[in-house]
Amino acid sequence: MNYEDRWLLPEGVDEILPESANNIELSRRKLIDLYRNWGYELVIPPMIEYTDSLLIGLGKDIDLLTFRLTDQLSGRMLGVRADITPQIARMDAHSFKREGVSRLCYSGHVLHTKPKTALATRSPIQVGVEIFGSSTLGSDIEVVSLLLESLQLLQMPELNIDLGHVAIYRAIVKACGISELDEAHFFELLQKKAVTEINSWVTANIEDPQHQQWLMALPNLAGGEEVFAKARRLFGGQFVEIEAALAELEQIAKVVKQRFSLVNLYFDLSEVRGYHYHTGIVFAAFAKGFGDAIARGGRYDDIGKVFGRARPAIGFTIDLTTVYQMMQLTDCSDIAVWAPYSEDPQQWQFVQRLRAEGRKVVTALDENDRPDSSCQDSIVFENNQYQVKTTR
Amino acid sequence: MTELTIALTKGRILEETLPLLAAADLYPLEDIEKSRKLTFESNQPGVRFVVLRGVDVTTYVEFGAADIGVSGKDMLLEHGGNGIYEPLDLGIARCQLMTAGIKGRETPKGRIKVATKFVNVAKKYYAEKAQQVDIIKLYGAMELAPIIGLADEIVDIVDTGNTLRANGLEPREHIADISSRLIVNKASMKMKHAAISSIIEKVASAVALRDK
Repeated sequence: MNYEDRWLLPEGVDEILPESANNIELSRRKLIDLYRNWGYELVIPPMIEYTDSLLIGLGKDIDLLTFRLTDQLSGRMLGVRADITPQIARMDAHSFKREGVSRLCYSGHVLHTKPKTALATRSPIQVGVEIFGSSTLGSDIEVVSLLLESLQLLQMPELNIDLGHVAIYRAIVKACGISELDEAHFFELLQKKAVTEINSWVTANIEDPQHQQWLMALPNLAGGEEVFAKARRLFGGQFVEIEAALAELEQIAKVVKQRFSLVNLYFDLSEVRGYHYHTGIVFAAFAKGFGDAIARGGRYDDIGKVFGRARPAIGFTIDLTTVYQMMQLTDCSDIAVWAPYSEDPQQWQFVQRLRAEGRKVVTALDENDRPDSSCQDSIVFENNQYQVKTTR
Repeated sequence: MTELTIALTKGRILEETLPLLAAADLYPLEDIEKSRKLTFESNQPGVRFVVLRGVDVTTYVEFGAADIGVSGKDMLLEHGGNGIYEPLDLGIARCQLMTAGIKGRETPKGRIKVATKFVNVAKKYYAEKAQQVDIIKLYGAMELAPIIGLADEIVDIVDTGNTLRANGLEPREHIADISSRLIVNKASMKMKHAAISSIIEKVASAVALRDK
């Protein structure tokens, strides 16, 4: 490494300077307060865990995203968390052992070995919530509503939500008898809506014309609420799971639209992104001017099973490092009061009183210290008492 | 009014794309070929074109700097297609992605050298064939590499095969059929669905009409 580039940070790793840091922290606090008001308890999971528990049951994507190191104490492999959700699931399954519903929220850094998308940092700050112990429609609606509420609180200019349900894709793949290996390939094509490749793959690998029709129609099952009718026509009530999934999505859409009249809902019945651990609805939020999701969530009922206790679960994660770039930044550089150097206990008390009132007071470090530009007021001793005077 | 940016690929693909867009009532207000500008207003309010090199179109669309793009499948394969939908095959600029080598000369056994600008495609292709290769990234005139002895084989797009033959090379194995695709940024598709799907539908019917 040359002398000139010693200061460089690793690719995709950020440091956050005061103005942005203030905004991110302000947003984080607002969100955690919001979640508290909705009855979610804050938890702080560890930065590192044994990979045995961090990665179990989650599939290959997150495995490759996880930084690893060897634990000098036990010789076992440790992973730096790449996602907080599985940690919260482990905590719910093992550390709480509650029977009823748990509402939990969290915030913190995660680390990724490579950026998840071209636009992503490798050290995002995540904020999110999870509900454990309820598989009701009500919990779906609560979580989607809370995500929208969060975006409103962060003053996102538009509310764009993409909703889907994994049951539709799963039912069709099962009905068509696609093997696991083939399914991985088809899944990849479907995520790209690569119509030409999908059609030629289906023609080459699937014999039943009805199955062909279903599979080829999947990439087009996206759009506004008209997709429900389209899906019902296509599958003709042949799958109980699909009927239930469509009804669930419709109901969520109805309630969410009543609550958030400005929401822009988009449905994609074939996109099944994520770590393959979702079992119900999946959703993502988008912001104008950003080419990727700013928040993602969904239902994952089986994840606790690997920890010995399967509990229904649903939640979302907001990528705060991305979101703050979309926000209208609040000016956090509030005016400070300058306190000249003094060992007088009375000035000390006066300064402490101002600070208790919430004012920012900067004290001089010696007699020669002069206020900087953020200090527009000064403490002066006049008429036998300390008072604040505007100096500029 | 929905604002849309459409990224077009310069050159032959552009020539064949413009008539399809025009059939969908979407055309630039000035002649792209005769201008040195990089962005062009269209006849539809809020819709503009940017004209780029093929390899950059996927990047613009992936980042959401352009909502829609027209890109060769070769570029998409090389790029990997993350964050991009490719919902429509325009059926233009058809060619093949192939391996090629000097005519009649057998490829050496063991680890071989392959020159290409499609580094990712080549890596994947030879890995699937269970052949270990060293990839040499070049930016043009692939045919030269085997002649000079820089590489044993090349991976390149082949149209008629005339350039290969003129240089004493022969096409060998077929990797993929290439044509140009209409591509869409995933986030744009979700946020600007009405505007984008209307364009896709119109262009799709223009493609269908042409192929009749």
